[in-house]
Amino acid sequence: MNADHPMTGVAPEPGVRKPDPVLIADGLQRSFGGLHAVDIDHLEVQRHTVTSLIGPNGAGKTTLFNLLTGFDKPDAGEWHLDGGALVGIAAFRVARRGMVRTFQLTRSLARLTVMDNMLVAAKNNAGEGLWGSLTGGWHATERANEQRASELLDRFGLDHMADEYAGSLSGGQRKLLEMARALMMDPEVVMLDEPMAGVNPVLTQSLLSHITGLRDGGKTVVFVEHDMDIVQEISDWVIVMAQGRVIAEGPPDIIAKNPDVIDAYLGAHHGEAAE
Amino acid sequence: MMPLASFATGESIGGTLIQRLGDEKLPVEGVIITVSQDGNEIGSGDSGADGKWEIPVPGAGIYQVSLDTSTLPEGVALTDPDKEALSDVKVRDGQSKKVIFPLGEGVVSTVSMYQRVGALFIAGLKLGAIIALSAVGLSLVFGVTGLVNFAHAEMVTLGAIAAYFFHASALGPRWPLVIAIVPAVLVGAGFGWIQERSLWRPLRNRHTGLVAMMVVSIGLSFALRNLFLIIFGGEPRAYPDFAGQPPIEILGISMVPKQLLTIAISLIVLAGVGIFLQKSRAGTAMRAVSDDADLAESSGINVNRIILITWTLAGGLAALGGTFFGLNEAVQWDMGFKLLLLIFAAVVLGGLGTAYGAMVGGFIVGVAVEMSTLIFPNELKTAVGLALLIVILLAKPQGLLGTKERIG
Amino acid sequence: MDWGSVLIDGILATIGPLTAAYAISAIGLNLQFGYAGLLNFGHVAFMLVGAYGAAITVDLGGPLWLGVIVGILVAALLGLLLGLPTLRLRADYLAITTIAAAEVIRLLVRSSWAQPITNSVFGIQGFADSFFDLNPFPASQLYGIGSLVVTGRKLWVMLVGWALVVLMTLLIRRLIKSPWGRVLKAIREDEDATIALGKNVFAYKLQALMIGGAIAGIAGILLAIEQQNVTPDAYLPKITFILYVIVILGGAGTILGPVVGAVVFQFLFFTIDALMVNAQANIGWVGDLLTPAAAGQVKLVLVGVGMMVLMIFRPQGILGNKEEALIDER
Repeated sequence: MNADHPMTGVAPEPGVRKPDPVLIADGLQRSFGGLHAVDIDHLEVQRHTVTSLIGPNGAGKTTLFNLLTGFDKPDAGEWHLDGGALVGIAAFRVARRGMVRTFQLTRSLARLTVMDNMLVAAKNNAGEGLWGSLTGGWHATERANEQRASELLDRFGLDHMADEYAGSLSGGQRKLLEMARALMMDPEVVMLDEPMAGVNPVLTQSLLSHITGLRDGGKTVVFVEHDMDIVQEISDWVIVMAQGRVIAEGPPDIIAKNPDVIDAYLGAHHGEAAE
Repeated sequence: MMPLASFATGESIGGTLIQRLGDEKLPVEGVIITVSQDGNEIGSGDSGADGKWEIPVPGAGIYQVSLDTSTLPEGVALTDPDKEALSDVKVRDGQSKKVIFPLGEGVVSTVSMYQRVGALFIAGLKLGAIIALSAVGLSLVFGVTGLVNFAHAEMVTLGAIAAYFFHASALGPRWPLVIAIVPAVLVGAGFGWIQERSLWRPLRNRHTGLVAMMVVSIGLSFALRNLFLIIFGGEPRAYPDFAGQPPIEILGISMVPKQLLTIAISLIVLAGVGIFLQKSRAGTAMRAVSDDADLAESSGINVNRIILITWTLAGGLAALGGTFFGLNEAVQWDMGFKLLLLIFAAVVLGGLGTAYGAMVGGFIVGVAVEMSTLIFPNELKTAVGLALLIVILLAKPQGLLGTKERIG
Repeated sequence: MDWGSVLIDGILATIGPLTAAYAISAIGLNLQFGYAGLLNFGHVAFMLVGAYGAAITVDLGGPLWLGVIVGILVAALLGLLLGLPTLRLRADYLAITTIAAAEVIRLLVRSSWAQPITNSVFGIQGFADSFFDLNPFPASQLYGIGSLVVTGRKLWVMLVGWALVVLMTLLIRRLIKSPWGRVLKAIREDEDATIALGKNVFAYKLQALMIGGAIAGIAGILLAIEQQNVTPDAYLPKITFILYVIVILGGAGTILGPVVGAVVFQFLFFTIDALMVNAQANIGWVGDLLTPAAAGQVKLVLVGVGMMVLMIFRPQGILGNKEEALIDER
């Protein structure tokens, strides 16, 4: 980490304040049948960084993702995106406000073309309203969206597949499509749930460069990952969860030496497959 | 098909329902009578305060007229229990055909509220037992496969028809009903087994989606139902054994012994299912597959075998429920489908996929349906059961015993 | 067996108002099932409330045009009432609720309680005179070629019916080819993913259920006008199942599928019926095996078998894209 990096001087301890947080969570709790899946006192995510979320199987990473993006409801707590409270906000509204997520298993819309997958993600399309669809007048927006979608597909190397059904893409291509589709919404924060799961090493490199590319393009990226090597390579900041709690956070090189983290990982090393 | 003819020419079938008590003649109100032709229902109506009923028919021809004995007031019965359906009623051009259903043998017609509520409660428990028996299988199959099987209804009907075959058919062995139930349940279990082996397992192997499978089960249900109509005919038929069994009185409440028998045997069987699920190896495996099929598979459970056992069990239980249904009402080609919607109500009430929920839900729905006749007209009792289902979905979609994670 | 007359009857049935009504109703179901992935197993109820909405309005002294509007609105309202509690739940809950609701509505309409309004099992007749007053063709004159003839009365209903089929098809085409239709298809593919893309999935599903319901209401009204008669027992669950076969046969999720499905289905349905009745009467062993009534029911068994076989072996139907169906089997 170089000296002018925004995270310079931020103490590597759980719940530490950041200079310019885009996402802040307080007292977030969720339990399933008495088991605390998520129990977080305070957590901040710094703007324009790649922040990775790691932890052993069952640490509550995906549950935290679900809570933050409105796909699950917490038992207690509040959280803010860019200063706006998100408690009780429906998942689709959270996405519209600029926090977009992907899923552990890719969710390409199989019987839509790659281009339609992109277009459906565009925001503020009058033709998506019932009245607007009948009266027309949405074609200009559509042209502009197609233009933008083509550029994004080009960037992700999917432009030649635009007219194919998404279901006919390979697993890796679907991951790329999902990422491109999320960008189509022009989000502030991109939440990627295990984007590298089940992807071959060559594609992993390509995905990694796309993720850092997102940050360099002005987005904030939060992603769940198991592989410490990958985390080391691209993260600006690492948050470690175990048993629903944040047990450590800090820059990747410091986290790698943290005895608590090593314990947590070794303690549950055998269960590192899908959560 | 929709009836294309209009009812202009004025043919009708009608009559007056009179109960004879010694020299007295009392009109009987609120009894449902149905007219059908070739198994297709033409119309139905209920008798008015003067006992009169009339149902228009589309034209001259031969019709079947049946009286729904379950809608007879407590203490009123057909003098000849076999005559609840008249199979060839000829109507001439322009005729208002009169049909007589002789009623009598009224036990007591002065019924107190206590007796009425008590009798309805017993009837409700009986219906509940039938629903619960049938619902458990549906719920278990849902648990292990995720499929809502609409053709479960036809497993119920098959059991009732199989029992009729072994018991009363001219082609069958004419065993007493208590013996005929055994092969009927075996036929039901065998049908469950065959269904899984020849249809559902191959579909799973083809990775057919659950929605597609549900549509397939609807098609199967529809095909079987109409096949039963062809084979068994459109008229309801009662089992000769126990037909017109005289009611007995316990604690001042009038009830028919076969109702009590239905309730008792069902409770024993349901308790057996409960013990099977808790104690036996197959039962615990079944619950494990319900919770998480992949996890069960990886911990060494043969999931396909467990699913097969579940289908077989479900088929047997549904057949037993169907036989009891036939015993207490009548055997008819679409009896299972009529019961299916109440089974759904029970399963949703208890929480989709939970076996105990289905049992509890079955009894609640049964009692609610019968008790509803205290307030609502008899003909609406099924509607009350189904309305209950919709209210539950509004209030507590995960059911009484279900967990939140099962929905959404 | 007289093949000529079997064919003539089959064609007449196929081009008749009943086919048009089925096609319209199937267009509504296709929007729900084919495009939005909603399992509405109580579709017949939308036809019922549409037909009764129109008939009761006229019965109470209103004009028929008002009745038509009321019928359509009531059908849409039914979609709202069924959708609000169930569309947030998993798909099978909608299936169970809709099939139950359809039966509740039919039982209520035919009950003695509802007699003052619905005339219970007897139904309501003769409410569409003003429709037939508009008929430009002499009612009893015959139109057609050779033995393929219909009365002027029937011709009038057929023209209006098929015009409605065209109109509804164009409406669906406009909806589906728009971004609105694209969101609907996205929901069918993956609800969570569509939510993650910022779409109000619940609202779209509700809209699809209501629009599809209103279209089915139109089908119900057309049928009621043609027959000048509504009775509750014309709206049995089997109508819903027949509509599913039509939609799947034609190709679920295709614009012309429901129309093609309705035409092919009706032709097969009537031809098979005629064949079975003929065989029962003329072929010895068939006559020994089946009563005349049973021979008439064989076609219903085939409806069920057809539904299974189509769903298993050709889920994309006649017009569907083979590739799309294969993707579904991932």
